[in-house]
Amino acid sequence: MSPPNNIPYIPSRLDSKVLYEYAGKLLLAKELPLNTPLLQENFTKIPSIKRTLFYQECLRCGNRQSHLFGKIPCAGCNKIHSYCRNCIEMGRVLECEPLYYWIGKEPIWPVFDSPLTWRGTLSKYQLEASKRIVQAVNRLEKELLIWAVCGSGKTEMLFHGIEAGLKQGKRICIATPRADVVRELKPRVQAAFQEVPVQALFAGSDERAGSAPVIIATTHQLLRYVKTFDIMIIDEVDAFPYHHDSTLLFAVNRAKKEKSTTIYLTATPRKNLQMKVAFHRLPHIFVPVRYHGKPLPVPKLRLCFSLKKDLKQNQIPEILKEWLTLRANPNRQVLIFVPTISLANAFAEKHEEFQQLGFISITSVHSEDPLRIEKINQFRSREIDLLVTTTILERGVTFPSVDVIIVDAGHTVFDEAALVQIAGRAGRSSADPTGEVIFLHDGKTEAMASAVRSIEMMNRRGGF
Amino acid sequence: MNCLWCHEAIILDVNWLNILIPSVPRNLCDTCASNLEKINGKRCRKCSRIANIEVCEDCTKWEKYYQGYDVLEFNYSIFQYNEHIKKIIAKWKYRGDYELGNIFNETFKQEFVKKFSHLKNAVVVPIPLSRERLEERCFNQAEMLADFLQIPKVDILTRVHGEKQSKKTRQERIISKNPFSIQQNLNKYAILVDDIYTTGTTLRHAAKLLQMNGCPRVFSYTLVRG
Repeated sequence: MSPPNNIPYIPSRLDSKVLYEYAGKLLLAKELPLNTPLLQENFTKIPSIKRTLFYQECLRCGNRQSHLFGKIPCAGCNKIHSYCRNCIEMGRVLECEPLYYWIGKEPIWPVFDSPLTWRGTLSKYQLEASKRIVQAVNRLEKELLIWAVCGSGKTEMLFHGIEAGLKQGKRICIATPRADVVRELKPRVQAAFQEVPVQALFAGSDERAGSAPVIIATTHQLLRYVKTFDIMIIDEVDAFPYHHDSTLLFAVNRAKKEKSTTIYLTATPRKNLQMKVAFHRLPHIFVPVRYHGKPLPVPKLRLCFSLKKDLKQNQIPEILKEWLTLRANPNRQVLIFVPTISLANAFAEKHEEFQQLGFISITSVHSEDPLRIEKINQFRSREIDLLVTTTILERGVTFPSVDVIIVDAGHTVFDEAALVQIAGRAGRSSADPTGEVIFLHDGKTEAMASAVRSIEMMNRRGGF
Repeated sequence: MNCLWCHEAIILDVNWLNILIPSVPRNLCDTCASNLEKINGKRCRKCSRIANIEVCEDCTKWEKYYQGYDVLEFNYSIFQYNEHIKKIIAKWKYRGDYELGNIFNETFKQEFVKKFSHLKNAVVVPIPLSRERLEERCFNQAEMLADFLQIPKVDILTRVHGEKQSKKTRQERIISKNPFSIQQNLNKYAILVDDIYTTGTTLRHAAKLLQMNGCPRVFSYTLVRG
């Protein structure tokens, strides 16, 4: 239905497809199709960068930091003006171009009578949490924290809550900071709701419209939405970079409606959430037991005096080698967490040393690795038996049977949440519900101590 | 100062030297700077590709193509093409993060002095963008690079809108029509400036046109040898 070149294209009314695609969005001029006056009537222009006496603010991403604004001699308007460098991956916000803000009517989203096609069963604790989510959705509660230990089956707990929302024709968004997690969630959610359109939005995804009732998106993608979602589910609230980056919080808060339900999911709530829970400002439900009903493996601390020296020379510490040979169950695969990318690569190059210890294929993976998805899949299918990784595998991934060791657990990248999450990689399947977790360090840190404490606390609350 | 690429704060180590002489502010942190690889050692005299022979195969082909009189005297590039610089260039050019160009400011100036300062009365000619592309990007990366240099810049070329070079194959590039046109004659040495030398076709198209309009010798100076 492409319009002829010089005659403006005027549809009699916005058809529902267009309506679903553009309702509730905040777009750049370039993202709005030309020749659609009716569509443009539904948008109002707002300035893109606000200037005050002391700061500038990008009205798309909320950035106010001066070093994240650049100056550009613009060929469009022949002036030197600002642009936002913070959200440039989502398209450049120029001071001379307005943002387009949806003011049209909200479309009526389809009501599904029985959208859930998932037929699995939930454990006792999962069921409890699931019921609580349904209740929160039905009563339009503002916030709910699901504090569920690693490997408790968080996604399955959500299904009934999503079902309850879809039955009322609500719009649902599952937001997570990492594109990898979006990629993994999409097929699971789609399989559970086979009749419902589900779209995954992340940088480089082929679905761009964002017109489905259920959206799974990285938090960055939410910058394109304003007051759109009735139910906002935030997976891994505490994950890096979410708890550092105020942009993402800004995006999430703006993308949800004034009357909406926000559900936070995490295994390791940060201090601010824990405080809110302690002061009864945030309703929460605690899921202390993994879906297979076994306790979380408690990390063991191993002191290694030569650690700093070894790592400086890119050598494998003796204690690590010793542990690799003396593991209780040598059939398990091994995940070695290291603090930096360069160390990960250096370790993975030492094939021979690891081969002497009985490992056949060794590789490393990190955030800048173009083959990381393939490597993770190979590890999952047991083609790789030892994987050296940075913190990118700390959460959101499941391997059935692994032992985990953190080399230099005292490094600042391993904060309490990271340590708890990493420890949660072990013993995730019911076939092998235990696994060794070792923190190799050269001086115990507060983060290590509190990680062990909080894992023990969770096990205690789970009745172990 | 924050690193232009990773946004981390750049903290200078204090030593006697920078207590006495304030150091030049850098706009890239050490880690990011170390990911940029300069072209060192032996390179092709004509196109700056890393090579053990004096003139590489492709340049011999160009020589033949122009029956021994290659329109482009030589190309000089600073950086090797690697994943890191690819990302920087993509964000700078295609995403339009203008400030990222400043990463190359100092190096671009320094290397220019080393390689081209013996040419007297030369002018720089940045490779233009088509009007449509310029409207889309709001700035021309070649022009930005040319502005770093201290010698006069002339904008006498214009470009007709066409498909992006980076979307074409090598063969398609080489046989493609000359996309440039020229407004006036130029009787000085010209140094063409662009961000990247890939096959050399674009630069030769421009060089050909300059030569036909009175320019005695044409050189090119590019940031990256693709």
